[in-house]
Amino acid sequence: MSSHTGESVAAGTTVLWDEGHHGHDMISTRTFGFWLYMLSDAMIFAALFTAYAVLGHNYAGGPTAAQVLRPGDALVETMLVFTSVLAFGFAMSALKQGHRTGVLNWMTVAFVIGAAFVGMEVHEFANLASHGIVPERSGFLSAYYTIVLTHGLHMVFGLLWMAVMAVQVLRDGFTENVVYRLLNLKIFWHFQAIIWVCVFAFIYLQGSI
Amino acid sequence: MLVHLQGPWTPLIGRLSLHQIPYDNPIVVGAFIFALAVAAVLAGGVTYSGKWGYLWREWLTTVDHKKIGVMYIVVGLVMLFRGFIDAVMIRTQQVMAVGVHSAGHLGALHGYMPPYHFDQVYSAHGAIMLLFAVTPILVGLMNVVVPLQIGARDMAYPYLNALGLWLTTAGAALIMLSLFVGDFSHAGWVGLTPLTELPYSPGVGVDYWMWAIQVSSVGTTIGAINLIATIVKMRAPGMKWSRLPVFTWTSMATNIIGVTTFPVLAATLFLLSLDRYLGTHFFTAGMGGNLMLYTNLFWVWGHPEVYFLVLPAFGVLSEIVPTFSEKPLFGYTAMVLASLGIAGVSWAVWLHHFFTMGAGPDVNAFFSVSTMLVGIPTGVKVFNWLLTMYRGRLRFDTPMLWATAGVFILLTGGLTGMMLAVPAIDYQVHNSVFVVAHFHNMILVIAFAIMGAISYWFPKVFGFKLNEALGRRVFWYWTAASIMVFVPMYTLGFMGMTRRLDYVFDPRWRALLIAEEVGIGLYWIATYYQIKQLYVSIRDHRANRVEADAWGTARSMEWMTHSPVPFYNFAVTPRVHARDEWAWRREQGFTSLRPERFQDVHMPKNTAVPLVLGALSFALGFGLVWRIWWLTALCVVAIVAAVIQRSFNKDTDYVISAAEIERLENGASVVPLKPRAQPVPAGGAAGGAIASRQAPSSRHPGD
Repeated sequence: MSSHTGESVAAGTTVLWDEGHHGHDMISTRTFGFWLYMLSDAMIFAALFTAYAVLGHNYAGGPTAAQVLRPGDALVETMLVFTSVLAFGFAMSALKQGHRTGVLNWMTVAFVIGAAFVGMEVHEFANLASHGIVPERSGFLSAYYTIVLTHGLHMVFGLLWMAVMAVQVLRDGFTENVVYRLLNLKIFWHFQAIIWVCVFAFIYLQGSI
Repeated sequence: MLVHLQGPWTPLIGRLSLHQIPYDNPIVVGAFIFALAVAAVLAGGVTYSGKWGYLWREWLTTVDHKKIGVMYIVVGLVMLFRGFIDAVMIRTQQVMAVGVHSAGHLGALHGYMPPYHFDQVYSAHGAIMLLFAVTPILVGLMNVVVPLQIGARDMAYPYLNALGLWLTTAGAALIMLSLFVGDFSHAGWVGLTPLTELPYSPGVGVDYWMWAIQVSSVGTTIGAINLIATIVKMRAPGMKWSRLPVFTWTSMATNIIGVTTFPVLAATLFLLSLDRYLGTHFFTAGMGGNLMLYTNLFWVWGHPEVYFLVLPAFGVLSEIVPTFSEKPLFGYTAMVLASLGIAGVSWAVWLHHFFTMGAGPDVNAFFSVSTMLVGIPTGVKVFNWLLTMYRGRLRFDTPMLWATAGVFILLTGGLTGMMLAVPAIDYQVHNSVFVVAHFHNMILVIAFAIMGAISYWFPKVFGFKLNEALGRRVFWYWTAASIMVFVPMYTLGFMGMTRRLDYVFDPRWRALLIAEEVGIGLYWIATYYQIKQLYVSIRDHRANRVEADAWGTARSMEWMTHSPVPFYNFAVTPRVHARDEWAWRREQGFTSLRPERFQDVHMPKNTAVPLVLGALSFALGFGLVWRIWWLTALCVVAIVAAVIQRSFNKDTDYVISAAEIERLENGASVVPLKPRAQPVPAGGAAGGAIASRQAPSSRHPGD
């Protein structure tokens, strides 16, 4: 029985082997894989948001959401995240134009603003903890601490990644490896902003109503 | 912030102490001596033949997908044996401990295992079989076959591929270590809360279970990303989606499940670990915790997971049946859509694992219907395999025996699954061994497919066939054993026998339990013949050498290159003209494997970093289990440092010239997987690069 979906065979012109040596686009392969990783990261946050949705009102007689959440501070943090992402976006424009200093400068700006965000979060939680508002107090506090600090941990990794990329850009310039890593970092940094929007809306805003 | 722990704790070694080593348990001591003996024999053999360098260069630091796949399968088979021993222990305990007058040995009141040990054995059995035996074997198969089927030289991310292997191995090592140092979890492989919370599981067992699964799940997720990217980005020219082999399609569907669902498990276990380490209240009984949250989150992963396991098995059947029927697979489009449909619907059925836990009739009805829906694409597949065989030129070589039996087993397992999908029936048999028999029945489909796959693709990977007569014997003993163990189990389930019993209170069940024990004996005989088959096949390998198309009637592209496959897969990347490209070429007469002109080939270099990261992950898991904080911190820092250092390594690839490829292709009619040793410049330490050069060998005797 023949495989009736085959191409028609013209005598002498059927090419069996790819001697034109078509290579694979390495950068596109790497960024595609990173999108897949972002999908898996999104699923982690989906599970964490699910836990928060279930536990969000389980105060166990302890502090409630309205008492603990400070949406004003969270708004400032939101602005910091957005401007950091904006700065990184300018860095990517510089990358498109091949300007090494542009990339380094804007990435530094993004780093500083991102670090400020992390600093604000650390301050917020240290403040809560000093008042005895700790994750072990109730299911709500466990979920709140975990989801916000998991996002914060992702931000810290992103900052570390930025530092490493700065060294690699300085050392190697825009090689294929450096470029795909910068593109992946861009995807990662934007993604953290998107997750933060969900955190801000579903936790800080909704919880303060 | 850290929880108050029962038992001693020191800063240097955490909860670890000499008391944690069960030197007074004869079973564990026996297991340890056995493991030590096997390790000594293996190490002695490698030393005697002077192969440590070869082992390091060609296997431990490789990024070649074929070798990584083989190692995945080896790890899986070793753990399959360990899981089998656990099964033997469960069966034996249950057959011995029937009735109030049954004798007690080795400190047990009945049988030979006290309940606390029995619980660890069935927990280990479940966790090992699903996550450390079947998963690695299937991932290994996909690793070996998929790049060859799409005409690629390797996976999209060879370094990450190796990393996935070593993370899985690290998880397996943690479970194996739990046998000798400390306890394993006694809370089942599912680990329902609040039993797995600290007050009810104050020891290290649950921590071992948790971290072993967490470490290996990272590996599985990485592997899933790798396979999807490979299939999407690395196909040979002309390999359109409509020409993709069905095994590759099912691998795609499987790994779409993998990349989306394993992170949910990671998050769930992470939350449990926060409860156990920091005293949070996600799943605790009280203080705002929610017990059903764990059950739901776990099974949201747990159900797609079993489809993650069964879809590659279906893919294997879709490869073997057409080859041995000498016909193309019937209903290609339906098979593809069915695979993707199964992957999608698998997300909507998780509650059927706990119909009885109070969700109410409306919710139960939804999940009952969705569970039954999944049977439709599965049924399509069964009919298509049968219609492929219909009016085909059938040959029942060993792989075809396994595949055909697999279809039969799918029927019984699937039908009992449909029964369980009805909540009214499920309420009767929930938590009985009827359920246990059903899911083992389904896993047997996977096991038979795995055995078929191994005998089918073994000649491709190693260049010689397995002994056919012994293979048939293995198959028939496996079949007889499966019937003897699980048909009585279905019956016992209807008779009311609950699952996980360490003491069987009803003596009327004794006869069926004895029948099951006979079945276990048949599995032992099958295992003996399996080992004998391997020995005989290796001994006779020269007589059983095969060419590229080992079975003569195979249809996909992996059969279009030498057996064993050279490290670069294809001399020149093939152009694809049809579905079942190799069958098409055979029909058109284009059977030559030799291109007109050769090309330079770009290959990744070997690296020790994945192995180092695997070892560090093992140490990290160990530190977390025993709450050795300095070790934990050190490993985290070292892992991050190793990853960053690797990223600074620019020397990760090399090019083989076209002339060298031509020489390798001419050098032997069969290019060896294992080269004759030629000194290779060694690379540096972590981050160092070691070239994987296959030395052109002198002619083998008998070529």
